[in-house]
Parts: sequence; structure tokens; C-alpha cells
Amino acid sequence: MIPPPFQYYAPTSMSEALSLLQQHGAESKLMAGGQSLIPLMKLRLASPNHLIDLQKVPGLTTLEERDGALVIGAMVREATLEHSPLVRQRYPGIVEASEVVADPVVRNFATLGGNLAHADPANDHPAMMLALRAQMVAIGPRGQRRISVDDFLVDTFETSLAPDEVLVEIHVPQPAPHSGSAYVKFERKVGDYAVAAVAAQVTMNGDVCAQAGLALTNVGPRSLRAGAAQQFLIGKRLDDQTIREAARLAGDAAEPTSDLRGPAEYKRAVVRALTARALRKAAQRATGGAN
Amino acid sequence: MTHVTLTINGEAHQAEVEPRLLLVHFIREVANLTGTHIGCDTTSCGACTVLINGTPAKSCTLLAVQVNGAEIQTVEGLEQNGQLHPIQQGFFEEHGLQCGFCTPGMMLVGKALLEQNPNPSEAEIRRAISGNLCRCTGYVNIVKAIDSAGKKMREPAATGAPTA
Repeated sequence: MIPPPFQYYAPTSMSEALSLLQQHGAESKLMAGGQSLIPLMKLRLASPNHLIDLQKVPGLTTLEERDGALVIGAMVREATLEHSPLVRQRYPGIVEASEVVADPVVRNFATLGGNLAHADPANDHPAMMLALRAQMVAIGPRGQRRISVDDFLVDTFETSLAPDEVLVEIHVPQPAPHSGSAYVKFERKVGDYAVAAVAAQVTMNGDVCAQAGLALTNVGPRSLRAGAAQQFLIGKRLDDQTIREAARLAGDAAEPTSDLRGPAEYKRAVVRALTARALRKAAQRATGGAN
Repeated sequence: MTHVTLTINGEAHQAEVEPRLLLVHFIREVANLTGTHIGCDTTSCGACTVLINGTPAKSCTLLAVQVNGAEIQTVEGLEQNGQLHPIQQGFFEEHGLQCGFCTPGMMLVGKALLEQNPNPSEAEIRRAISGNLCRCTGYVNIVKAIDSAGKKMREPAATGAPTA
């Protein structure tokens, strides 16, 4: 399969990338690692007339803690996140999400920014970013703006980025003491999209849950925040009964459809099971010390 | 049309190509190196895996123009001066292939793994090849082949095999 013809650009500065976007607008598409976009183009599900490759634009591969956040440049590769000692130690949920994106060879080129901007509800990072309450930083002709991940994810393959904006950084708030995160995915085989997956983040105050983030992958038109389940957890001890009830509420928040990966009710049951696992894992990390 | 120069197995190949030309087609049809296979053509099977500046990538899911200027290694570049690379020796001795279709990708992923992690566990080998499908062997002998190559590469003097 060969993609339809297009004009290719590899701008070497952000201003050049932005002027190309302004010039070609809706006819153009930004490319990060290309690991989702190129397959879509081969299947003719995407056929941009102008392809703007971001790989030579400097400044998009930051990976550091700064001003209370982990700052991840949009072009940071999945493989880099997976192997970063900083991310492994402090943000295990992000590592667990990266580790289940496609397969190890794809992850050598796939990027976090591409995964998020593609806004596929089956992608793994959007839910983790919801649980971690990340902020997206975008640059456009009117300057820079921050967008909460809740506002960033609009619908299937749709974000709130304007056609002339570029996602440049992802800011993940640094975990408060006694916090833990986890991402638990159920897939039929390596490299497949999730039947369902659950991202969890908890901050403990003694044995009581002080803050919680919970979000779901591939059980709705976009990655979903399980708001009622999060709310229910606040101020409670994370015992079996509490976790069971949070899992039930997370199941109710899912909007699955029946397809080759299973009937809707089955997927809802998977969400309940994975919510309990993700919460236990996150809570264990929160009370284990470092994370 | 765009001018693309790729160094494949140490030799420069240049051509005027359409931007939509996939890397695997550049390798097979411009450079005439057909050891790199096209299997699924959907980023699933890994038969088209090559090393780009030393890192494994699926060449059916990259544009040639996207890696313009890169150093590419394909299966043809493994043998040096008539000597099989240890990874090739490993597949040969441990019966790491039957039909051979997945073998180029498997060997390049294995080589990249061993360069990064000279003494991988079985779990690490299985994880490294999890993006490469084999429909013949059931993977057992592929894992043995990569493990055996690792041993050869750790003790180059014992086998006389080159480590490059």
C-alpha cells in the first residue's frame, strides 16, 4: 500500500512550521513519528496534500522536571519515556502506558505528542494524562497557550488544537508526597489496541485517599474521565469495599460499544476489574514511599 | 520529487523519489536489496524491520524522505568478508528459521538488542522480538538463536566470529 501523493516539508524552525500551517491550513497535516499517520495514509483514511514533518524543529525533545511539572516535549519517543530513569522512578503510570503502545520497534519512532494529538480513543496515553491531570502546551500565530487534557480531548480523532497550532509540550504535575500512578491494559495480543484499559493516580494522606485520578481507554468516543469514581474515593480508606464501589462507578462511566474485541457488557466488566487492579497498584506505590 | 540519500550497509544510494515512497520500497526497488521483506504492510509483522542509525524500525511505516541522510543496515550488511555475523551463526546453528520470511527482521532486532544488552534474559529477548511475527517456528528456536548469538558476541575469541 502506498500513500496518495503529497508535498513534503521538513521545517527547521517553529516559525517556519507555523507559517507552513498557515499557508496550507486544512489541506495539511503535521507528522511527529508517523507511526499512526503513515498507516492511515496508506489506507487512504487520511490524505493530506501537504505533510509537515516536525522532526527537524528544535526544542521538542525536552524531558525534565521544571517548575513543579515533568515537562515532556511533544517529539519525545515512546522508547525514551520507557527507559528514562526519571520517568521510571517518579511516573510509573506513564512508563506502563508507553510500554503497551504497539510494539517495541514501533515505539522507537512513535512519540508522546503524536499519540495525544492523534486523539484515538484506543490510544493509551490520553487516559493516563487525564488521570495525572496533565496540561498541553500549544504554539500558534497568536502565541502560546495551555490546555487542560480534559479540554484538549474533544472527540474521536479530534482535539481542541486550532488548525494553525502545534502541540509542543506536555506538562505533568509533579506527584505530591505519597502519590502513586498505574496503567493497566487488557489486550488480546501484543501490539493490539486495548479491549479496555484503566489509568489511576492516587495521593494518600495516611491511610485515606486525598486525591484521585481515574480514566478509561477505548470504551467511548474519546478517553473518558471516571469522575464519579474519583469523587467517591476522596476521604476514604482504600479497602476492598471502597475499591469495589469505585470499580462499579468506573464501569458505569464507560460507554463501550460491541465489536470484535467483545460485547459492550463484557468490556464494562473488564473496566471494573482493571479499575480495581489499577487502584491497588497505584495505592501500593503511594504508600511504598518514593512514588 | 525529492532528492534522498541513504547510506545502506555503508554504501551511499541516492535517487529522486516521490515523497510518498516508503523506505522499504527505496531499499528493495531503488537499492535493489530484496533481503528486507514486505509481510503485512500494516506495521504488524516486522518482516520489513531495518536498523536506522542502529535503531530497529519498520521500514513499511516510514517515508524514505523522513530518514534522508540516515545510516541504514539491512540483512545484507550482516555478513562481513565472508564471515557470518554471530546473529546469523546463531540462527543457523539453533534452527532459528523455517521459511525464512521473518528472519531478516528477527536478526536485526536481535542484533540491536545484543548491542544494547549483551546478556539478555529470555524474557528480555521475547520482549524485544514482540513486534516481529513468525508463523513457522513458535519462537522457541528464535529465542535460542539470539541467546546463542549473545554468547558468541560476549566471547569473540572462543569462536573466531567477528563482533562488528
